[in-house]
Amino acid sequence: MSTSADATHLDAAVAAPRHTPETDATTLHVRYLLSLGDDALVYAQRLGEWLTHAPQIEEDMALGNVGLDLLGQARSLLTRAGEVEGGGRDEDALAMLRDEREFRNVQLVEQPRGDFAVEMARMLWFASYQCELWSQLTSSADETLAGIAGKAVKEAVYHRDHATQWVLRLGDGTEVSRERMQAGLEAVHPYVAELGEDHEAARWAAEQGVGVLPSSLTDAVNAHVSAVLEQATLTMPDAPRWHARGGREGVHSEAMGYLLAEMQHIARSHPGATW
Amino acid sequence: MTAPTWPLWEVFVRARRGLSHVHVGSLHAPDAQMALRNARDLYTRRQEGVSLWVVASDDITASSPEERDSFFDPAADKVYRHPTFYEVPEDVEYL
Repeated sequence: MSTSADATHLDAAVAAPRHTPETDATTLHVRYLLSLGDDALVYAQRLGEWLTHAPQIEEDMALGNVGLDLLGQARSLLTRAGEVEGGGRDEDALAMLRDEREFRNVQLVEQPRGDFAVEMARMLWFASYQCELWSQLTSSADETLAGIAGKAVKEAVYHRDHATQWVLRLGDGTEVSRERMQAGLEAVHPYVAELGEDHEAARWAAEQGVGVLPSSLTDAVNAHVSAVLEQATLTMPDAPRWHARGGREGVHSEAMGYLLAEMQHIARSHPGATW
Repeated sequence: MTAPTWPLWEVFVRARRGLSHVHVGSLHAPDAQMALRNARDLYTRRQEGVSLWVVASDDITASSPEERDSFFDPAADKVYRHPTFYEVPEDVEYL
């Protein structure tokens, strides 16, 4: 094989367009569903890591339950995405056989597990966002999505309550717990704004009545979190100098590759295996 | 286990409307509200109930095994305490 032939071949591969310039409705619909499903799937994976690491076995169960609720949401959403796509990919193919750049979750949910206070800060923000999101999506023009939202909103309310209870107790607890809860809020803050960013698929979905503009949820989410922090004698962190972006377009942080490697390696090592 | 641990709570679940709450087990929680939530996560994962009670285990006064003879054995030979000595009219099934 000649070197020049290889070089030409590689150039052609690199130059090939990844997407057509005008993204069609089906693609945007699928991307919107994936953005919802990937948030749930990736956060479920992170929450699963808490089993045997929570402060008490009761909390292992509580976080495991939240994770399994999210996994259930992810399964329904990815299944729906596969149906809309019409290419024969089921929930497993979408969860286990996509690469990092094809995942459309926000970077908040992929961040490595911090301490318990960091997790409660992340859950408070994420569940508050999901509460507003699902209650809006119960009237989605995509009837399957509306059905998923109707079930998920009850779950999200419980997740938000769980995080709220802990933020109140840690914030208004001892000096040490208060400091650590405040540090947890600071740690997740650069990742919060991305939840409210209007990405291309969400704009399309909102126009079609399928989805909702993330930015339209922000005020309600902030109001809930602010009220909890005030009651917990905690302070809302200042606007961060840097904030995460790009997750909805498949741009992720370093942690994401490791998360996917752990989540996907069995499915990829043994394609189609069942038990 | 690391000390100090959270206090112990007893959990009671009502399976359906019309039934009474039944003791199902116990759990640890820092306070009553968290105990209720832990109970929800531990004991109603499979639709076991529609209502939950939690009671601090310390607040329960229990009979002791040493008292068993004096507490319970005297009832053994008092059959007249059972409502078996009168006729139940027909169609009054649940008297």
